[in-house]
Amino acid sequence: MSRVPLPYSSKILELFRNPKNLGRMEDATVSAVAGSPACGDMIAFYLKIDKNEVIEKATFESYGCAANIATASITTEMVKGKKIEDAWKISWKEVADEVGGLPTVKFHCGILSVGALRRAIREYYKMKGEKPSWLPDGPTSEEKHALEEEELARVLSKRIGGKKE
Amino acid sequence: MSGSVEDLIKAHEGIEKEVYLDLENSSPIPREIVETMIPYFCDKAYGNPTVTHKPGWMAYETIQKASEQVARYIGAASAEEINFTPSETESNNLALIGAALANKKKGKKIIISEIEPLSIFFSSNILEKYGFKVVKVPVDEKGFINLEKLANLVDKETVLTSLTLVNHEIGTVEPIKEAVEIAKKENPALLFHTDASNAYGKIPVNVDDLGIDLMTLSSYKILGPRGVGALYVREGVNVERLLEGQIGTQKLWPGVENTPLIIGFLKASELAFRNFDKNVSHMKRLRDKLMGGILEGISETILNGPEGEKRAPDNLNVSFLHCEGEALTIELSLKGVYVSSGSACTRLLLQPSHVLVAIGRKFEEAHGSILMKVTRYHTDEDIKYVLKVFPGAVERLRAISPIKGSVG
Repeated sequence: MSRVPLPYSSKILELFRNPKNLGRMEDATVSAVAGSPACGDMIAFYLKIDKNEVIEKATFESYGCAANIATASITTEMVKGKKIEDAWKISWKEVADEVGGLPTVKFHCGILSVGALRRAIREYYKMKGEKPSWLPDGPTSEEKHALEEEELARVLSKRIGGKKE
Repeated sequence: MSGSVEDLIKAHEGIEKEVYLDLENSSPIPREIVETMIPYFCDKAYGNPTVTHKPGWMAYETIQKASEQVARYIGAASAEEINFTPSETESNNLALIGAALANKKKGKKIIISEIEPLSIFFSSNILEKYGFKVVKVPVDEKGFINLEKLANLVDKETVLTSLTLVNHEIGTVEPIKEAVEIAKKENPALLFHTDASNAYGKIPVNVDDLGIDLMTLSSYKILGPRGVGALYVREGVNVERLLEGQIGTQKLWPGVENTPLIIGFLKASELAFRNFDKNVSHMKRLRDKLMGGILEGISETILNGPEGEKRAPDNLNVSFLHCEGEALTIELSLKGVYVSSGSACTRLLLQPSHVLVAIGRKFEEAHGSILMKVTRYHTDEDIKYVLKVFPGAVERLRAISPIKGSVG
């Protein structure tokens, strides 16, 4: 085990400095949050979906490290103009590739990003009251990861943090 | 991913000014110190101090004088009590493991605190493997050790207590003198170690006044070269070596002595102590200016650690709410301000600083923490520049965050 200075790609640095599609979307069709302040890692996605189930526009907000901001930003770029079904299929590895690779300890940022996106998509169909056949019943590994990260931060911060409360 | 660090460095081209405040993690060495070291690499005293020839005798003399001088700075009775080691890490490992093993017949309980540096935490983990029981004294919300709890924890089984004199992250100046009195009253046979790496050169440190048996010193924490430190061991206290090899002048650390680094450490000590009061008041004034500027100029900030005389003069640690620390270190770096964070994101284990958690900071508060230290070389212009770029950096990251929005 060793520690390295996180060798962020120039793409991550660029997206960190000038994030694309940043900010809350007032007229979003659907939004979702994954992670938590306790994780130190939190992403909110806002999707504008048209009647043909195409993502017209996506924006994000992020509380987290540079990798978190960059992967959230690139995910909004990747889903723009895609059919929901195709957006669902985006894997965290594709997100990682798109930002020029992630340091190993930052894989979870890419995973959380996809977890948040899929949470928003599920929320959309829940709102519509329908479930397309391609949408898996149980949570995918990325969604599970988001849940696990939230749960871990909750348990740890309850156990050892927040002494003054 | 190779080559990207180069791009990261390139991204800094054209920055207006650079201010290095990450003295906790490494330091630039003043040229004056390096120049003092150079002849000892190239021209003189380069021999092995245990061998009988002129370069060896010169090395012996040099190391002996350095030991005597360092002993004087901490009020030690003799140069024999100073053991040069490769760093604070080695000194702490040597003090804990070496003293515990050498004295295990007296008992197998070790007391440390919740906010010790990792070299104390992890070396005490090793002692657990040897069958020792390690207990941690809790601290209050400013990081002060609970002396009542300490009194309750000390018993006849306690062979060693190790409590840091000045906390490395939040600058708390611990009541070590009182802790030693309390501990030795309960058990006069126990040994007391203190890691004084962040105290030496910053606050007065005297081994007899504190009443301690073992004390760790670090060179780079006082702007000396990395790769050298010391362990003070009071005469009559037994410590076992951790490594075996050719024994030279340093009875607790084998191998050939690194005379140039020892000279660098000595020079750094001389510079720290030459105008001690002036240096300390300079650090304190700039630190207070930085602290005031940040706490008053930026909303939703929390000072970590105490205020006033019980805080080390160089230390500042602030949590910026709704702002993740690693992102902030990068944002500030791109503006030429170099700091570190206690955020989980900066660590392998993805858990925030144990020191901040121990003083009761919530995870989200610890994730937004920034640690800064000033030196006697920093100027008013440096602090002015830091205060100029800081609010914008925090503001930009907060604007990205969903936490202040309605979603969070």
